[in-house]
Amino acid sequence: MDWRGWAEIVFTIALTVAVGWPLGIYMARVWTGERTVLDPVLKPVEAGFYAALGVDRNKGHGWLGYAGAVLAFSAAGFALLYAILRLQGQLPLNPQGFDGLSPHLAFNTAVSFVTNTNWQSYGGETTVSSLSQMLGLTVQNFVSGAVGLSVAAAMARAFAADRGETLGNFWVDLTRSTLYVLLPVSIVTALALVAAGVPQSLLANVTAKTLEGADQIIALFPVASQEAIKQWGTNGGGLFNVNSAHPFENPTPLTNLIEVVSLNAIAFATVVAFGRVAGARKEARALIAAMVILLSLGAAAIYAAETLTPQPAMVAAGITDAPANMEGKEVRFGAAASAVWAAQTTGTANGSVNSMHASYMPLGGGVAMFLMQLGEIVPGGAGSGLYGMVVMALLSVFVAGLMVGRTPEYLGKKVEAREIKFAMLAVLILPLSILGFSAISAVLPVALEGLLNKGPRGLTEILYAYSSATGNNGSAYAGLTANAPWWNTTLGIAMLLGRFAYMVPVIALAGAIAAKPKLKPTAGTLPSDSPLFVGLLIGIILILGGLQFFPALALGPIVEHFQVLAAAR
Amino acid sequence: MSFSLARSGAFDQAVILAALKSAFTKLDPRALAGNPVILATEVVAVLATVSAVVAIAGGQPAGFAVQIAAWLWLTVIFANFAEAIAEGRGKAAADALRATRVTTKAKLIIDASRNAIIPTPAHELAPDDIVLVEAGDVIPADGEIVEGVASVNEAAITGESAPVIRESGGDRSAVTGGTTVVSDWIKVRVTSRPGSSFLDRMIAMVEGADRRKTPNELALAVLLAGLTLVFLIAVVTLTGLGAFSGVSLDPMVLGALFVTLIPTTIGGLLSAVGIAGMDRLLKVNVLATSGRAVEAAGDVDTLLLDKTGTITFGNRMAVEVVPAPGMRPEAALRAALMASLADETPEGRSIVDLARSLGVTAEIPHGANAIPFSATTRQSGLDSDGKSWRKGAVDAVIRTLDLSEAQVPAELRQAVDAIARSGGTPLAVSENGALAGVIHLKDVVKPGVKDRFADLRRMGVRTVMITGDNPVTAAAIASEAGVDDFLAEATPEDKLRIIRAEQAKGRLVAMCGDGANDAPALAQADVGVAMQTGAQAAREAGNMVDLDSDPTKVLEIVEVGKQLLITRGALTTFSIANDVAKYFAIIPALFVVSLPALGALNVMGLSSPQSAILSAVIFNALVIVALIPLALRGVRYRAIGAAKLLSRNLTLYGIGGLIAPFVGIKLIDMLVSALGLA
Repeated sequence: MDWRGWAEIVFTIALTVAVGWPLGIYMARVWTGERTVLDPVLKPVEAGFYAALGVDRNKGHGWLGYAGAVLAFSAAGFALLYAILRLQGQLPLNPQGFDGLSPHLAFNTAVSFVTNTNWQSYGGETTVSSLSQMLGLTVQNFVSGAVGLSVAAAMARAFAADRGETLGNFWVDLTRSTLYVLLPVSIVTALALVAAGVPQSLLANVTAKTLEGADQIIALFPVASQEAIKQWGTNGGGLFNVNSAHPFENPTPLTNLIEVVSLNAIAFATVVAFGRVAGARKEARALIAAMVILLSLGAAAIYAAETLTPQPAMVAAGITDAPANMEGKEVRFGAAASAVWAAQTTGTANGSVNSMHASYMPLGGGVAMFLMQLGEIVPGGAGSGLYGMVVMALLSVFVAGLMVGRTPEYLGKKVEAREIKFAMLAVLILPLSILGFSAISAVLPVALEGLLNKGPRGLTEILYAYSSATGNNGSAYAGLTANAPWWNTTLGIAMLLGRFAYMVPVIALAGAIAAKPKLKPTAGTLPSDSPLFVGLLIGIILILGGLQFFPALALGPIVEHFQVLAAAR
Repeated sequence: MSFSLARSGAFDQAVILAALKSAFTKLDPRALAGNPVILATEVVAVLATVSAVVAIAGGQPAGFAVQIAAWLWLTVIFANFAEAIAEGRGKAAADALRATRVTTKAKLIIDASRNAIIPTPAHELAPDDIVLVEAGDVIPADGEIVEGVASVNEAAITGESAPVIRESGGDRSAVTGGTTVVSDWIKVRVTSRPGSSFLDRMIAMVEGADRRKTPNELALAVLLAGLTLVFLIAVVTLTGLGAFSGVSLDPMVLGALFVTLIPTTIGGLLSAVGIAGMDRLLKVNVLATSGRAVEAAGDVDTLLLDKTGTITFGNRMAVEVVPAPGMRPEAALRAALMASLADETPEGRSIVDLARSLGVTAEIPHGANAIPFSATTRQSGLDSDGKSWRKGAVDAVIRTLDLSEAQVPAELRQAVDAIARSGGTPLAVSENGALAGVIHLKDVVKPGVKDRFADLRRMGVRTVMITGDNPVTAAAIASEAGVDDFLAEATPEDKLRIIRAEQAKGRLVAMCGDGANDAPALAQADVGVAMQTGAQAAREAGNMVDLDSDPTKVLEIVEVGKQLLITRGALTTFSIANDVAKYFAIIPALFVVSLPALGALNVMGLSSPQSAILSAVIFNALVIVALIPLALRGVRYRAIGAAKLLSRNLTLYGIGGLIAPFVGIKLIDMLVSALGLA
């Protein structure tokens, strides 16, 4: 642990917010349909989509219509992707000649990409064809992120509305989020990555002779473009098995910085856009402050755990002044850049990694897992981080807001039974899916077959998998072989629950909020833009998350941590 | 006001005994159906009891199990007790009311032309029946006087023993069943159905018989049920996770963990807080027809206030006497005093009071001749010993003195204009046929209202004054009283219009009124406070009745509403914050045998796993009892603005709620281990 590490963490997070801010200002214009600089190029394309789909762009959806459209679109996307993955062996653009995926793996993978999770039960470079990659996975990389952004836009409009009946048109939100936001930022980022040395190729594998004279197959892909949307869409599913630790995906500290910034910036941008559309810029700043503080705490905790915890192997070897734990980390990035990435990727529902979380010290991995268990809201996935944070803000306002002697209000909307009902429905999904599936898997012989470790580490592997799936994160804790029917199926269900069983109540919540009169704040209104509110929000998030998962964490990373400490003594 | 509906104290022995009894009868799970948190606690208590009995039957050591089961039952009983004691206070008041409800025989008029009467039991009367009530009779039902004037003793309802006059027509025609006619007779048209009279509703309200969850209570109940589910998941899944980790978990201990985690504190006190809110209203002699109205009171954004009686005393009062040129001020004051000595109107009395306060007094001289006010002279006064004093409308006095405009001194003309401009009323005073000065009468703003309006403003409540005065007068009073807005020359229809306009902006409006023409506005307002002395239509339309008929009461009602919400929020925050410490007590205790490393989490240094668990359960139960007084009394409301109030209460109940159980559990653990209980 040294000042350079801390400076790196602070700089990375600050740069991420700084990039997200102007993007958010632009995104607000996209959501409201105002003129943007890209209109001359994209307007005709956009109009073409609406004409082809028969969409009346001025006709808004009620919450049921919006939710129905989201579900229908996602279901269709799932069916298409499932078919492509199963049939890729018979389809063109398969230079490596890969077979179709097994039913459970295809189910898991299709769900994974449609839910913006990008959990990969397979090794990227050895399983899916270029066609599956480009027509299947990459399409979902864009549109699943755009679905999240759309719901965030609907939530923003709900708060802006005064007795509103509609949340906007999902097809318009989807089209504009993809065309005006994800596509341009991905193109710019891809070019930057190419310039910084990331390959971009449609050729098949290259076979090289190694120094020992063995054949090495080097997989080639259009890496830079995949990498860009992998990060911006908070997807995280890499082309290569080891994700952004792979030198093709992430060759240098500069590409590392570009990628880590682009994995978080969209989440901050969503909050900025929300503040502008909902007419609550100051309040949006408070949400960002809460996110930044929690994210920084997470990164700091991981960095501290990785540098301060005694490492059993080092202790055994009698080395007392061991540097940071470097197992599973790339030397070209170091502990600080790995810690900040780990925090950003688990706080964001992204799930791409530049180091192996399973090789972290118990608390380091535990903090990464806890960030996912908080509900992927610091700052969270594309769109989903914002609406998850709004749910937490509503709960915070409700619990503490009563203490000012009024029915709690948030952004001019009264928080009453209906809102609390939908908020609680959404929040309940996390413990139900994470703890429920983990508890069953922990005692089910067929599940335990996939587990490398026993004891606390084994439990952490299980918990991490379901936390990642339910949070739609997608990062994994190595040691678990998940490509088996039980894991593929239940993790797939966990991803579906975490995405849609959360999203539908949230859309219903948006509908309820839109329908309410928009109230002007008075001196008696709880201020939701003050440092006090930020503190309150952080407190509620930590206490609520902590209370749900503390017992499980105690049996996993926490006990392992104390065991490591005891062994070092 | 000597009588109060809520005169029974919270901690009267009788009330406590009754509450204790009812705490046990409420163990019936059907009684707990509306309270998922406490119902869940009871289910766990039953399971714990079963497992304790099984242990005893199997000859195993059961001391720990028995203690856990006992404390779980106590948790439920304490929660029931809290509700029962809150209800008990209402019941005592209801009994007092019920005693006044008599099974009287009504004199039903069957033929109005011949005054033919048949005695009919009161409960058989139907709406629109006409009954005769004579001196000494109890009025058999709520109704409206169609004929006659009588003085009525309404002490049964209001506690006020001085009879009031009720007469047909106008705003004083409503009579209430259960009150007594003291003199004369009246014919009353029955307006209430049997069993739904004002008295019946009052009893039901006070008892909380048809208590329904208010919108905010409902929302809170949803949150609490959700949290209960979250903890159910966390605890149930612990069996699977524990099995993997090689930890065997005693189901009883898991049950105990579950109960300590779910928000039993607020769950147990929630209904007590609601009832206590109604009770606090009763204490200030206000009856609300629903808990919803009390809650709405806390949310009020706009307060419509009648000027007269609420903001000002309702009578104009003398504030100064401007002497005519050449008169000494005392001489002018004495002239005004002499002119008013025989004047018994409030204005006349106020002149006497003003003179006295300035050290000028006088008695009516013997043989003096009082000149009463008449519509033609528009002045009054006194003649004595050949001297004369008059006071009256400025133009009338000048005309009587036969002065031309020009003969009136300029100073006096200016004084008259200044008084009129400031919203006051000038009266001219003459002594022995010469102008002595001008009396300044004005509407006097009640002391203290300005501060209260400032308090309300700090809490985000806007005050709007409604008056029939002209805009000049209205503006003067409005600025003196410090209201945010005013409506001059207002009609009752204007009130309704303002309320609708405010509500269209999403604001909640409170108002009070007593006239029949206030009824539509009272019905439209979110909080409509009717005066008990007001018209029947007004009392029907409002959702609160002020038994003291004091329009300023609406300010206290707002405070009671806020206090209710604050108390709920404080207890919820406290309850949730408590869980952190409970985890640090129970989690290490659960796992430390199999995973010794987790002993590091025992930051409180609790003596043994069993003692830790027992202490957490005991703390969880006792904290309910400890907070009953707070729930009943309510968290104090302070008009310091939302931000300050939040930071204050968050520190007190949030941070306090984090720390308190660490201390409490540690102390109980020391006691438990000292006594060798675990």
